Amino acid sequence: MKFIKNWLSDHLKTNKNESQIIEKLNSTGLEVEKVEPVKNELSDFVIAKIVKAEKHPNADRLKLCNVDIGKNELVKVVCGAPNAKDNLVTIYAPPGSIIPKNNMKLEVSKIRGETSYGMLCSESELNLSKESEGIIELKKSNQTKIGKSYFKSSSENVIELSITPNRPDCLGIRGIARDLAASGFGKLIDNSNFKKIKKKGKQTLKVKIEKSKSQACTIFGSCLIKNIKNQESPEWLKKRIIAIGLRPISAVVDITNYVMFDLNRPLHAYDLDKINKGIIVRNSKKGEKFKALDNKEYNLDDQMCVISDNEGVLGLGGVIGGTRSGTELSTKNILLESAYFDPEITRKTAKKLELNSDAKFRFERGIDPNSIVEGLEKASAMIVKICGGEVSKLDIQSTKKFEVKKILFDPNIVSKIIGIQIQTNEIIKILQDLGFKIKKKGKILNVEVPSWRPDIYGQIDLVEEVIRIKGFNKIKSIEPEKKRLKPTLDFFQRHFHLAQRSVASKGYFETITWSFTDEKSNNRFRENLQEIKIINPISSDLSVLRSSLYPNLIYFLKKNIDRGFENQSLFEIGPSFIGKKPGEQITLVCGVRKDNLLDVYGIKKDLVQTLVELGIDKNETKINIATPSYYHPGRSGSIVTKNSQKLLAYFGEIHPKIIENTYGFEIFLDNLVNYKRQNKKIKPSIIFSDYQKSERDFAFVVKKDYLAQDLIDIIKNVDNHLIKDVKIFDVYQGENIPSDKKSIALKVTIQSDHKTLNEKDLNDISQKIILNVENKASAKLRS
Amino acid sequence: MSDFEKLINRFKDKINNAHNSLELDKIRSEIFGKSGLINTEFKKLGSLSPDDKKKIASEINNAKQELTKLFNQKSTGLQDTEIDEQLKKEKDDVTLPEKDFSIGKIHPVSQVIDEISSIFSEIGFSVEEGPDVESEYYNFTALNTPENHPAKDMHDTFYIEENMKTLLRTHTSPVQVRTMLKGKPPFKIIAPGRTYRSDSDQTHTPMFHQLEGLHIDKNITMGHLKGCLNYFIKEFFEINKIKMRFRPSHFPFTEPSAEVDIGYRIENNKIIIGEGDKWLEILGCGMVHPNVLKNSKVDPNKYQGFAFGIGIDRLAMLKYGINDLRSFFECDYRWLNYYGFDPLDVPTNYRGLSK
Repeated sequence: MKFIKNWLSDHLKTNKNESQIIEKLNSTGLEVEKVEPVKNELSDFVIAKIVKAEKHPNADRLKLCNVDIGKNELVKVVCGAPNAKDNLVTIYAPPGSIIPKNNMKLEVSKIRGETSYGMLCSESELNLSKESEGIIELKKSNQTKIGKSYFKSSSENVIELSITPNRPDCLGIRGIARDLAASGFGKLIDNSNFKKIKKKGKQTLKVKIEKSKSQACTIFGSCLIKNIKNQESPEWLKKRIIAIGLRPISAVVDITNYVMFDLNRPLHAYDLDKINKGIIVRNSKKGEKFKALDNKEYNLDDQMCVISDNEGVLGLGGVIGGTRSGTELSTKNILLESAYFDPEITRKTAKKLELNSDAKFRFERGIDPNSIVEGLEKASAMIVKICGGEVSKLDIQSTKKFEVKKILFDPNIVSKIIGIQIQTNEIIKILQDLGFKIKKKGKILNVEVPSWRPDIYGQIDLVEEVIRIKGFNKIKSIEPEKKRLKPTLDFFQRHFHLAQRSVASKGYFETITWSFTDEKSNNRFRENLQEIKIINPISSDLSVLRSSLYPNLIYFLKKNIDRGFENQSLFEIGPSFIGKKPGEQITLVCGVRKDNLLDVYGIKKDLVQTLVELGIDKNETKINIATPSYYHPGRSGSIVTKNSQKLLAYFGEIHPKIIENTYGFEIFLDNLVNYKRQNKKIKPSIIFSDYQKSERDFAFVVKKDYLAQDLIDIIKNVDNHLIKDVKIFDVYQGENIPSDKKSIALKVTIQSDHKTLNEKDLNDISQKIILNVENKASAKLRS
Repeated sequence: MSDFEKLINRFKDKINNAHNSLELDKIRSEIFGKSGLINTEFKKLGSLSPDDKKKIASEINNAKQELTKLFNQKSTGLQDTEIDEQLKKEKDDVTLPEKDFSIGKIHPVSQVIDEISSIFSEIGFSVEEGPDVESEYYNFTALNTPENHPAKDMHDTFYIEENMKTLLRTHTSPVQVRTMLKGKPPFKIIAPGRTYRSDSDQTHTPMFHQLEGLHIDKNITMGHLKGCLNYFIKEFFEINKIKMRFRPSHFPFTEPSAEVDIGYRIENNKIIIGEGDKWLEILGCGMVHPNVLKNSKVDPNKYQGFAFGIGIDRLAMLKYGINDLRSFFECDYRWLNYYGFDPLDVPTNYRGLSK
């Protein structure tokens, strides 16, 4: 919403200056987004420099200029001026600007096969002089002003507000003035004694609102203005229209726009002579077509509110008018519409058609239903003043009465919510200044909500009104209490935090990647999980929720390789999605590592150390060799808990068809934390044996695919008390060993907690070990 | 002097004159070896009378002790000298680089989440989380944002289902409702997390991070809200004074609603927070709307309180001078290395937030 102070003065008598007003607007909740000099018709003409003037490939006299207009990229302009040359500083007119000399609107055009974006201007084209030979040559010193307007900008500023969706009333300048007046910034000028224009005769065009449950239009007010002479708007009006960012069209159209921005009252003017008999406000039928004023044809659905006549659709109610009944400079008689359209239905219609307009923006937020007459009066008076003509009596069709909203308001609530005391009298004054009507009933206030405030429903809304006008700076800050209700992090969060730091401490860089990813890459890692598509993705390569953290990590790993980083370790901790419903997500810790010297045992070390740091007892876990298809089938494993086979992690080489020479791991954090929750234990007290410990080395020849883990298990199970540790120190294949076999050499630590073992004890246990292994692993002791 | 004594003296000289351990070792076997001096002398004893035997044997033993002592002295001395000489030869260029080591990094967003959690922990907030995929109900309806309301325009929503009932949460506010529904007041929580809006340009990414705050109790007012945010901002930027302003705004789920700006100035292309006459919007907040409390099964006549939402990435950018939001998610190795944090650098209440 844009306005200028000069226009504001029509509604507000104030002695405050612009910067005071800006500050006040901010503090009452009308956020000032931008303040800049008012644009005029010449603002578009900017200082520019020809960076390179090349010969036009298809025309000898023309040049193809690359022009710096102060934007990021140069623009291409075809220019016929003989003086166009490299480094010339001149004036550029962009497409859309109107050349003063001939009032022609500039468009992007192809000149002899080359597209020209805009034009470089001569003095005569800008009405600066008669000089039309060649383009303007500005002094080199103007180079510092490239991109700036050549013509002096206005001293007046246009103030742009970012109006929150709850305040449609401030989409009109009067609403802004009312807020300022309420906050002590002057007096709202009374417009109730506005001099109405004399009406002649009845409104003779029949208007009918068809009743239906989903009828968006509940009031349709109109009048006819006949025998007008539509024309260009007078200077003062054009100035205001341009200032708020619109393009002047004709007096009639400009006036309807003017009233919309002035009173937040959208209007529409029809060429009366183009309406076939009467107006019917009805819901559209599926398939109806309609050409709108934006020159696009729309295919309507059913249940859209249309203004129609006998021939068909004239306009989309509350959204946009149609070309068929549009006014032109030649229009003699008009029908002026001032209606109420339901916010929700209007919004739905516009959304379906992807249509935006100033009217729609206002109706979907809620227009004052009581502003119908005021709008017609003000606009018709202006039209008659500028274009002449006679106005008919007003015709108001309505199907619904608007109830005045009433709120029982206990003023004590204000201090209860805000924390500071505000006197009831002050509360009443603020609300009254904002247009609320108040009757005191004991300690309770009977509050009537003004019709332009559809956002006010209950007491809490009134509290906001009061403190917003009083000023948020009046609220006293209360020091926070240092009282804790619960531990800061819960059990899972503590593990999340620890896992993150644990992995990072092993040299991995933490990344944060999108929760969505490319469908194809995701499929490579999705396994049996459901694919979760985003209905409206930001781009086609980010169209599914990720089923794994690998696709994004590997994508970025490759990008870093392209940047020249061959060896790198990345990880991410975050959500992976296993279903479409809220909560169907798990937390994964996923690392990828690329390193010339790395093998599967290296990545396994990173993983196992992390698990141990997360409090997992290695002895309670087991390695399985089954892994998802995105791992190298022979160089990967999973870690599960021994007692419940709960999956804790995968590790291994990533399948070389996905990426070469890269290792990775995934920790299923939810499983891990749940396992720990269910297997919580206190560390048992420990006795360290002081008796002599002995070590015995064995080498067993086993089948090549025999798992070392199983061998260790067999040995440990021979005697859980005496065998304290089993460590593999060599795996050998080659000479002296059959080609389908391998030799595993291990060191067994034997120690009793009760006595020193003698030679015989040791021999006995060694024999047992050999016997067990040979039987259970079909192994042979290597001699 | 007897022959034996002479012999002993000769060996003493020999020990004394040894030049190095090798020579000394030779002398050791000459004296103490199987067929060395001592053994040889003992062997001679066999032919002697018992009296002589006793006397000579004692002489030999004395001599043995003397020689051993001398030998050990010499040996230690020689070893010392030899080590000294050895060390003179051992010279490494310690200015050559150390062996490779790698330090991992924590992403700035994670670090900032930990910093924020640490600050709020101090004033009694605990951390809650909610799902990334949300229902339309929790993301909008329960938060007092009706369907077809223009307030939704500010949230360009990613939808997971055609019927628009499932979506990627556009803010962390649904965690408010989820938290209140599963517990009983009072509530004092923060909820950091990923949020999504279908928006992508210089200053917007389709995914970003928000932190929700919620404090509900019997008498929590806007004064508490002000105090809480004031405390947080000061602690977060590690400064003593902060310029802060509350501007009325609109969020469907709070009433009154406010946006909070902090004062800043630019000095040598760097942003200085807490002073200066420029304003920077950093968060939205307000008193939880009674409808939201009702939807969360909390009685608005008994309980009230505030909520706020902060852009975490934005805070990280401000505190650590990062200019481009998009760079957070581009995983550039150089960027991660430069802006990332040492994993040992855990922000805590007692140690302080940053190194």
